[in-house]
Amino acid sequence: MPEKHYLNATYGIRSWLLTTDHKRIALLYLASVTFFFFIGGFFAMMIRLHLLSPNGYLLSADTYNRMFTMHGVAMIFFFLIPSIPAVLGNFLIPLMIGAKDLAFPKINLLSWYIYVVGGAFTLYSMVTGGLDTGWTFYTPLSTVYSNSAVAPAVIGVFITGFSSILTGLNFLVTVHTMRAPGMTWFRLPLFVWAHYATSVVMILGTPVIAITLALAGMERIFGLGFFNPAMGGDPILFQHLFWFYSHPAVYIMILPAMGVISELIPTFARKKLFGYHFVAAASLAIAVIGFLVWTHHMFLTGQSTYSALAFSFLTFLVAIPSAVKTFNWTATLFGGSISFDTPMLYAFGFLGLFLIGGLTGLFLGCLGIDMHVHDTYFVVAHFHYIMVGGAVMGYLGGLHFWWPKITGRMYPEWLARIAAFILFVGFNLTFFPQFVLGYLGMPRRYHVYPPEFQVYNVMSTAGASILAIGYLLPMIYLTWAAFYGKVAGDNPWPATGLEWKTPSPPPTENFEVTPVVTWDAYDFHNRPDLGLDVPGHSAVVQTHGNG
Amino acid sequence: MHRTGALYGQFKTLEQQKDTASLGMWIFLVTEVMFFGGIMLAYTVNRHTYFPAFAMGSNTLSIQLGGFNTVVLLASSFTMAMAVWSAQTGKKQLISIFLTLTILLGFVFFGVKYIEYSQKFHHHLVPGRNFDITFCVNNPDKCEDISAKEMDVEREEIAKALAADPNLNAHAQLYYSAYFGMTGLHALHMVIGAGLLMWLLRGSLAGRFTPEWNTPVDIVGLYWHFVDIVWIYLFPLLYLIDRYK
Repeated sequence: MPEKHYLNATYGIRSWLLTTDHKRIALLYLASVTFFFFIGGFFAMMIRLHLLSPNGYLLSADTYNRMFTMHGVAMIFFFLIPSIPAVLGNFLIPLMIGAKDLAFPKINLLSWYIYVVGGAFTLYSMVTGGLDTGWTFYTPLSTVYSNSAVAPAVIGVFITGFSSILTGLNFLVTVHTMRAPGMTWFRLPLFVWAHYATSVVMILGTPVIAITLALAGMERIFGLGFFNPAMGGDPILFQHLFWFYSHPAVYIMILPAMGVISELIPTFARKKLFGYHFVAAASLAIAVIGFLVWTHHMFLTGQSTYSALAFSFLTFLVAIPSAVKTFNWTATLFGGSISFDTPMLYAFGFLGLFLIGGLTGLFLGCLGIDMHVHDTYFVVAHFHYIMVGGAVMGYLGGLHFWWPKITGRMYPEWLARIAAFILFVGFNLTFFPQFVLGYLGMPRRYHVYPPEFQVYNVMSTAGASILAIGYLLPMIYLTWAAFYGKVAGDNPWPATGLEWKTPSPPPTENFEVTPVVTWDAYDFHNRPDLGLDVPGHSAVVQTHGNG
Repeated sequence: MHRTGALYGQFKTLEQQKDTASLGMWIFLVTEVMFFGGIMLAYTVNRHTYFPAFAMGSNTLSIQLGGFNTVVLLASSFTMAMAVWSAQTGKKQLISIFLTLTILLGFVFFGVKYIEYSQKFHHHLVPGRNFDITFCVNNPDKCEDISAKEMDVEREEIAKALAADPNLNAHAQLYYSAYFGMTGLHALHMVIGAGLLMWLLRGSLAGRFTPEWNTPVDIVGLYWHFVDIVWIYLFPLLYLIDRYK
């Protein structure tokens, strides 16, 4: 390990809480999103334990409502949305483009403090009894009728939105103005492209949820009337505004995970990513089309059939760039020299689970099927396949992949493989039965169910217990590895990105000399510095000529 | 505030630093457009649904005060632009003068807004339990700032609006939700802008801004112009709904 690096450059609590180093801020975010992940996980376990029996002996109906609401609020706004961008993106984007830091380091730190203040408001809501509106805060339940602690949670989510806006703004400006010499747009790693697209969604979508929650909050506190039917306001307007952000928010969660997968697959297949330009463009396409599909959450609100048809069509359209990515990742595997290190296991997990999650999304985009399974466990299973099977798998894969860079030390490989396997099994056992449950007609958010559904619910709860072990294991061994793991070296895999050309852990200023980039992303052939035994580029051309 | 023209560690050149700052502000303004866009959508939907109530609500605003404030803000945009120009051309004293003028115009705006808001409180036109669009026509003695002639016009308008929309009071409340929501958010942005201008004034009095380095003046200028433009939209949306007759 290098003698001086960003972790030991300065000491003391102040040096962390007042840092402007993007790498340290990433670790601050890592600690806080992990905290909220386990809070959200606790609520999830309560839900699953309650649903073990049809009559639900564990919680009262009212408490159950609060549990699933707080599970959603904690997981979506305080874990999934910041997880990959604010932790991995924050740490890696400057390293990947050869910059010393993000464009606005102080704003970066400010974003973390905003997150913490928003989180504090939400925690206050949770410890004062929680809220029972569902994470969607639908009006007029949230603004008029609910007797739970809605206002602090809404204020918390409102505040946290600004941390997301500032992160997105910082990333966009950084990618535009901070790239190293030779790092052209089409030499950027796809992780950076994915975060660029994510940032576009963050800056265009998040202000809308901010104003929406501000209006809903003012309605609850001061009696404004936009969403209150008693005053002639329109609750459906709230749903439009809410989903205008909250559907694109799904892409804030999945696009960065796709970016991670685009790094993992070439590295562990030791092959240039197939169709780089298409994968980059697909990220932007998802970001743009993702803004045009929001009313597919509202097919049953009595909207016009023609509007529903258009949104159904657009929903199908947004699947195309996702499919482009999936096909290109798969094509990259073809003829590759594949190794099954832990990050790659997560990448494979992502591919399979995202496939199921994405395709069931198309089921739900069909007007006819959506009528049948709307608000059932089918929907719950679908979005957990995307958010947990996709986003969390990508996040964990990325954490393992870059852990040697972040900490300078390796995690225990076999333990990590076993944990990845446990996670995959636990995840599928938890959520696959929910597809069946939903198709058979079990509604979501109910605290009781007919006894014939019990067997699937028991399977799901058993799976959730396995899943919990799968999450605890990485938390324990990654923490252990940060202090006691084997020293990793600068580029243990080896991978092609600029972040691997600096020591692990990197120095505070990232690079001793600003790097000059002369190669394309994932180009294993023209990189003798990696010390790999891959044929030179010219040899490949010749093979093609003979074929 | 850091030293004149100092280069932050993450940048290589002053030019890169300036480009970065101004791109950051432009992107921030995009987020602001989306932020105001949400409430403007809520306004549009409700105005479309409850036009008579919105027209009635709009007619209870003072077009003179609103128009005066529009002129004030346009003038402040001019003085702000002059401050930026002074900074770019190195006229150090003029920067402080124009910044001071901009701040003063901002406070004139606040003063007029205060008069308008307090009138609405006295006239029971603040959304909530005591909202009553007919309060002034029923209690002329408590609305002495409205002349008898204006009161007659208002009485007539309310009768017409009530005929078109029996639930006028509830729906006029939606108009006033939009009025207070939109102008309140705008005023909040003005307050932040005035704070930024004072911060700039401190810098300019210390002589920090030069033709080579005036990025803060430049990007705060962008922000101030944006806040003015928002008002240019709010004025017709709120004050001029039904004034064409």
